[in-house]
Amino acid sequence: MSGDGQGTPHWFDDEAGPVVRPYAMTRGRTTSPGQHRLDLIAVVVTTEYAEDPEADHSLSPEHVDIVELCRDAPQSVAELAAELDLPIGVVRVLIGDLVEDELVNVTRPVPPAELPDESILRDVISGLRAL
Amino acid sequence: MIFGRTERGKAPVEPVTLKILVAGGFGVGKTTLVGAVSEIKPLRTEELLTEAGRPVDDTSGVEGKHTTTVAMDFGRITLREDLVLYIFGTPGQDRFWFLWDELATGALGAVVLADTRRLEDCFAAVDYFERRSIPFVVGVNCFEGASRYPVEAVRQALDLDSAVPVVLCDARGRESVKQVLIEVVKHAMTYAAGRRHTLTT
Repeated sequence: MSGDGQGTPHWFDDEAGPVVRPYAMTRGRTTSPGQHRLDLIAVVVTTEYAEDPEADHSLSPEHVDIVELCRDAPQSVAELAAELDLPIGVVRVLIGDLVEDELVNVTRPVPPAELPDESILRDVISGLRAL
Repeated sequence: MIFGRTERGKAPVEPVTLKILVAGGFGVGKTTLVGAVSEIKPLRTEELLTEAGRPVDDTSGVEGKHTTTVAMDFGRITLREDLVLYIFGTPGQDRFWFLWDELATGALGAVVLADTRRLEDCFAAVDYFERRSIPFVVGVNCFEGASRYPVEAVRQALDLDSAVPVVLCDARGRESVKQVLIEVVKHAMTYAAGRRHTLTT
């Protein structure tokens, strides 16, 4: 540690890294089986089984947080990551677990390389104008 | 679609989500632009580089550093209860190109934000979207103290296709940014129509 005698608590700031390594929350997994890579704007919606996630002891606190956030209102993957302050990769794995448990559904956004309907784009333009 | 169960009655509204990217050099005002129109304070999501495990990140000299965090700022505009637009600022550093691929997938279009004092900073972004055929508009952020150039001069300097819109804007101004975004969507529509046309003829 520091020998500069300043008494500054080195290693206690962000430089020291998170207290728990992010992927510890996923038990080291970086992908979830049977789950394609979730888009950042894919929307996570809870199912009817998600009434009381805390009662499910197989879920980690982070799982519970995700379910609770999505139960209030559907959330995008990016929003969940920002809200929980977790890396996108970690959140993806956790969401994968919840899909497996049928606690949440994930809607895929508009498929890649395919623009949405012209009518949707018109709605976007008028929506922006009305802001 | 991943539907675990058949839907029952009261499904919550699942919005259609769309995204527009904001790219450009470091300090050109990407986050400012996102903040000008977002209904939420721009959020920040992070990706750990080790997860990607790509050889892109040159860690020579800092071998002890195992993870790098890349931050992406984004904002949200709820246009309708069932229609939400996300605006993502791309990571400024060139070495995070692979993250751009993920961001660009399924994107409606992009804004390349340019500063006329450092126009070269946005070359890479222009190049990226051209190569991947992602419709984009160039927004010239009119910084105070920077000389104004006519739109045509900027177009020439960037060697842009004549179809690519170039607009002057103020990344801090909500109205101005709205116009830029509308321009992106319009351009995306024309672009898609053009592509459909070439496919069918």
